[in-house]
Amino acid sequence: MKTRKKRRLSLTSKKAIAGYCFITPFLLGLLFFFLYPLMQSIVFSFNRLEVSSDGYQLIQVGLENYHRAFFVHPNFRRILVESITQMLTDVPLIIIFSFFAANLLNQKFRGRALARGIFFLPVILTSGIIIAMENSDLMINMMRSSFQQEAQSGTAGEMLRSLELRNLLYQTRIDPRFINYITGAIDRIYQIVIASGVQILIFLAGLQSIPPSLFEASNIEGATGWENFWKITFPMVSPLILVCTVYTIIDSFTKPTNRVMTMIRDVAFQQTNYGFSAALAWIYFVLILVILGIVIGIISKRVFYHE
Amino acid sequence: MKTLISNVHYKLFKSDKMRLFWHKNFILAKWSARGWALVRAVLVIGISFIILYPLIVKFSVSIMDERDLYDITVKYIPKHFTIENYKTAWQFMNYPKAFWNSFSLSMLASVMQLISCTLIAYGFARFNFPLKNLIFGLVIVTLVVPPQTIMIPLFLHFRFFDVFGIIKAITGQKGINLLDSYWPFVLMSLTGSGMKNGLYIYILRQFFRGMPRELEEAAYVDGSSTLRTFATIMLPSAVPMMVTVFLFSFVWQWNDSFYSSLFLQKLLVLPMALSALAQNINQYYYWEYGQMTNMSPAYASMMNNTGSIMLVVPLFLIYLFAQRYFVESIERSGIVG
Repeated sequence: MKTRKKRRLSLTSKKAIAGYCFITPFLLGLLFFFLYPLMQSIVFSFNRLEVSSDGYQLIQVGLENYHRAFFVHPNFRRILVESITQMLTDVPLIIIFSFFAANLLNQKFRGRALARGIFFLPVILTSGIIIAMENSDLMINMMRSSFQQEAQSGTAGEMLRSLELRNLLYQTRIDPRFINYITGAIDRIYQIVIASGVQILIFLAGLQSIPPSLFEASNIEGATGWENFWKITFPMVSPLILVCTVYTIIDSFTKPTNRVMTMIRDVAFQQTNYGFSAALAWIYFVLILVILGIVIGIISKRVFYHE
Repeated sequence: MKTLISNVHYKLFKSDKMRLFWHKNFILAKWSARGWALVRAVLVIGISFIILYPLIVKFSVSIMDERDLYDITVKYIPKHFTIENYKTAWQFMNYPKAFWNSFSLSMLASVMQLISCTLIAYGFARFNFPLKNLIFGLVIVTLVVPPQTIMIPLFLHFRFFDVFGIIKAITGQKGINLLDSYWPFVLMSLTGSGMKNGLYIYILRQFFRGMPRELEEAAYVDGSSTLRTFATIMLPSAVPMMVTVFLFSFVWQWNDSFYSSLFLQKLLVLPMALSALAQNINQYYYWEYGQMTNMSPAYASMMNNTGSIMLVVPLFLIYLFAQRYFVESIERSGIVG
């Protein structure tokens, strides 16, 4: 009996083997197309790479590439700082907007299916090449600015101008920096809306997963909608705020319109300076990790978990 | 007794008072609900307009004649309606060929990604094995690392492709060149390390974790093997989720200009055709009419818009078809878990 037990695998180890079988493709991919290239790119960043028809050669240059990125290159530092500040201003707006939109789409009204379809359209239609084209496109920018001009100077604009939000807010003596932030958000509403498709999906899924019994109980106790929102909806969805923030940060760092990204590409393929490009990419990657770490650290302390 | 009741009344919470107030003034309540419905309608329509606006502009520009671009009185509805732009874009994008290449590439890549990601996600969701959490952490890390970091090694990897020096031993050359073929995409998709595959693995894993274990246990008790249980019990119920993942991966592959510009130089796909469109037309005029002719920026932009519409239309059709699955499955999946 004892020998038989030894020969046969126990259930747990059987399961473990089956599990490994399922994830084998990923392990292979991880090794060949992720970890190995990652290691290589570290090596490249300390070298100068020369490609010839029968392979490539590495010439050791030490820290020169990194030194060049920080102290020699004319605008790497500026672009880096700009793209990070851009990200930091955009992320809260995107999170707030997508949470708001998810709440809106979660209510019952006529044409909800259509509205949802349109709200998720940016996920499909504004990725990759299309958004890159759109950003540099003459006609769309022209149309948009003429549209804005019309809104400001037309007859409707005349009436609205006295009510213009910015002037109104300036008179309330709130900190002007805050006012500029809010009104700036309204000016960039399109960028914010199209960046929040996936986040709306995530929040909407979260809103649907709140057990209705919680609302029933609180309604019987006599809570108002406002109280329900802050005491039930918000805490229950708060873990997703973390998920969405992380997603938004990664998305804004890796989207093709990001200027650091385009710079890394150009250095690699137009100036064919692979080593320098790898060094830039690594600086950028480490910065992303640091920022993500800080943000996750701050938010995860305040998140409420139901279980 | 009387004092008790008045005490109770006295201790009514503020919200209770509010409720009483709304209860008494039900006409007011009705109107305030209507008011909110109006505000909501304005908001929803407004945001929808912001999303659709560029699409509308693109479309209206694409059916204009060049004369209309310089005419101030023309705004959205062209005076000289024409489909000439589409003909030009069709010709200079080499549309049928680029479309076919793009379609087959996206189809191939997304089907393979779907298969591999589903298997991997199931492995993570249902089995316990050593180092599981570490490996799953690495799935997330693959999402965080910008693809630009590993772009050059990957490029060289596929330029001189070799597995443990086997090919070098056989042919004597330093690896084979896999660029300008579908192989880089196929290999990366099969191993679940293509574009944003970490996200798909994460979504599918959350879905499988939300499924009741009893179903599988019943199948195991009846003597079904692991693979068969997966194929006959789990897969059918995962179809809506898989449609979603398929849609994501197809669309992102279709629009992607990063990997396709990295791996494909001669093989024409739509994103590349679109970004080269204006340049191609310009070159054509240059050869045809001599050096002094240059395309006006407005015309170039008109062509770009036409090309964008032609790129988007197939996606739009797919989205119309799959939208229902897409929205519903995300809601039910417990992506949140």
